[in-house]
Amino acid sequence: MSKTNVTRRGVLKSGAVAGAGVALPTIFTASSASAYTNEPTGDTVTLGFNVPQTGPYADEGADELRAFELAVEHLNGTGADNGMLETFKYADGSGTVLKGNGILGKKVQFVSGDTQTKSDAARASAKSMIEKDGAIMITGGSSSGVAVAVQALCQEAGVIFMAGLTHANDTTGKDKRANGFRHFFNSYMSGAALAPVLAKAYGGDRKAYHLTADYNWGYTTEEAIRASTEAMGWETVAAVKTPLTQTDFSSYIAPVLNSGADVLVLNHYGGNMVNSLTNAVQFGLRAAEANGKKFEIVVPLYSELMARGAGSNIAGILGSQNWDWKLENILGSRYSGTNAFVQSFGTKYGFPPSQAAHTCYVQTLLYADAVERAGSFEPCAVVAALEGFEFDGLGNGPTLYRADDHQCFKDVVVVRGKENPENEFDLVEIVEVTPVEQVTYAPDHPQFAGGALGSCNNGA
Amino acid sequence: MDALILQILNGLDKGSAYALIALGLTLIFGTLGVVNFAHGALFMIGAFCAVTLNKILTLSHTVVDETRKNFLGQPMELQVPYVYDLFGEDMGNTIIDWSVPMAILFAIPVMVLVGVVMERGLIKYFYKRPHADQILVTFGLAIVLQEVIKYFYGANPIPTPAPSAFTGSFDFGALIGFDANTIIYPYWRLVYFAFAAMIIGAVFAFLQFTTFGMVVRAGMADRETVGLLGINIDKRFTIMFGLAAAVAGLAGVMYVPINPPNYHMGMDFLVLSFVVVVVGGMGSLPGAVLAGFLLGILESFASMKEVIDIIPGINQIIIYLVAIIILLTRPRGLMGRKGVMES
Repeated sequence: MSKTNVTRRGVLKSGAVAGAGVALPTIFTASSASAYTNEPTGDTVTLGFNVPQTGPYADEGADELRAFELAVEHLNGTGADNGMLETFKYADGSGTVLKGNGILGKKVQFVSGDTQTKSDAARASAKSMIEKDGAIMITGGSSSGVAVAVQALCQEAGVIFMAGLTHANDTTGKDKRANGFRHFFNSYMSGAALAPVLAKAYGGDRKAYHLTADYNWGYTTEEAIRASTEAMGWETVAAVKTPLTQTDFSSYIAPVLNSGADVLVLNHYGGNMVNSLTNAVQFGLRAAEANGKKFEIVVPLYSELMARGAGSNIAGILGSQNWDWKLENILGSRYSGTNAFVQSFGTKYGFPPSQAAHTCYVQTLLYADAVERAGSFEPCAVVAALEGFEFDGLGNGPTLYRADDHQCFKDVVVVRGKENPENEFDLVEIVEVTPVEQVTYAPDHPQFAGGALGSCNNGA
Repeated sequence: MDALILQILNGLDKGSAYALIALGLTLIFGTLGVVNFAHGALFMIGAFCAVTLNKILTLSHTVVDETRKNFLGQPMELQVPYVYDLFGEDMGNTIIDWSVPMAILFAIPVMVLVGVVMERGLIKYFYKRPHADQILVTFGLAIVLQEVIKYFYGANPIPTPAPSAFTGSFDFGALIGFDANTIIYPYWRLVYFAFAAMIIGAVFAFLQFTTFGMVVRAGMADRETVGLLGINIDKRFTIMFGLAAAVAGLAGVMYVPINPPNYHMGMDFLVLSFVVVVVGGMGSLPGAVLAGFLLGILESFASMKEVIDIIPGINQIIIYLVAIIILLTRPRGLMGRKGVMES
């Protein structure tokens, strides 16, 4: 028979140890010991890469992680080359202050988390990287829902969030935050860039049928494309919401041909896009005629990985991208930095980078550069360094990080699925690049109404 | 009218996949009494049998073309499939083109083996456990299987087209007296429907007209008595598990040209298929098939813009709504038998 001795002293001791254990994660936060959240005190600084490592966007997440690792190598000067550090320059033509010796002399290290493309999981992994690993900046992701959720968390925690692939207007619209920055383009820009190309390719007298994924990104994309195409004379005959979990779109596609429409706009991304486009081609829409015109399909947001999933069905379909690895070869030195990045990435991994990889790599460099220019990791100093920052040589041509909403403004690439691709990385061809002036909008544009940046939070 | 016919065709097509998966689920439930949440994973593995055969047929060796450059400016490496070397380019292309129908022959033994290994290796240990335990273990197995597939094939969908003779669509309306171009329907979806009808017919014929099937049906009705007659019913039920796995696998093989397969496709079908089984009546094979087609057609009608305009969101809930109504009015489902899953 066992005997248990419970004493007052023992209970107090155990309570004290347990209390200290529970409090441990917050002991080292800014409010108690540092000037701001996760102030780096040693000779290293930790960045948090929050990407989908499981779930439907795991391949895209893997490409983002490759780009992040490359960026860390370049920042630390341990890579085979210096990548975009060689081409990154400021508006006055001078080169970046980054020298390949870390950030402010501290060696860059990183931790990674799995967003699972779920908002709650993404927040949990970001929180863990901030509280347990001491990450001073969070970046990455392949979904607007995740971006908005993690951005709000970073604002509360007092760290910088450099968004990965997120295209919904809301990220820098009604859900914008002072601590968050987006390099990737948005739904409005897709509409503004695509509309003139669509008018030129298909004429100004068209009737469009929209199939829209039933969630935030789908709504903003439909709104943007409708506004842009209706402004140039197109008529929208119908807009149907499709469940995000839908896999077979046949019952949504089948009525399109008899609806009076002669263009189908698929406001879908990821698996939705692959399946709806495949179904549309199966139902003969690519070969059909309506209203005396050839029937056309438009996919506002392209992704190389999704194009690969759709296979030959993507041929001839117009859409928009943030960046393409062929930009500099085809359109020249305005897009300098592209080849440097492709060379680095291609040599290390054996294939060209996706636009998701590009935006993540660029975001990491932009953050590091802002810290160097600010002379501090303090989040509000970094925010000040990024606001209104003009730069070039990162693959998109001259670019502005607008202070009003923390959205990057740059040219938008309009692409078309290639008819006879030479390999799986050569699925799209660049049709046109829409200049930044055509895709710029006022900070108070109705599509971005509501919400406010607020003030930056350093966690102190 | 043309819109209604189109949606009936769509419904029959969707229903084909539901019916095939639900048929296998019901076979397993009716024979072994196991609620198999890994059945969607079997559908997915079948689809990846088609992907695997396509990959085998396109196994290539590298030829360097010095006249062309890759994205890094180095000589282009071209992949030449071995089947070109063996059969010439034209014949090689034809073989690759027909990889999906050929995968049927590849998938049958693979799926039977997967089914038997699954049943003997894991599920048999859960026969006497509560249904909740069976659901947990088979659901866990489904997750493991899909992660294994993701490890080898990635998370991105893999396009695996139908033979070029069956790609595209044809004017179904013109066949039945409608104006030209009013009812356009893809060839492969009709092939899928015909294939599903054939498999369903074959399973029913096997159970109805063979001695083996007769014993299995007897076992489904009264396992104990059949066992007392000296028949090794367990062995037959294991074979039935393999057969159910093969049915799900074949449904997956033929589905890949409809939507490019990914590791998650089994889960996408699983819940709906369970609803189909419950609506049809637990353990009822004709009920599973009937409910599969019925719910497929209703889902298609609910996706019509005219319907959504009247009842917004109906397309997202129709199957569950119908399931609730049927279970309230007929608690055992459309063709459920008394005593199944009732204590």
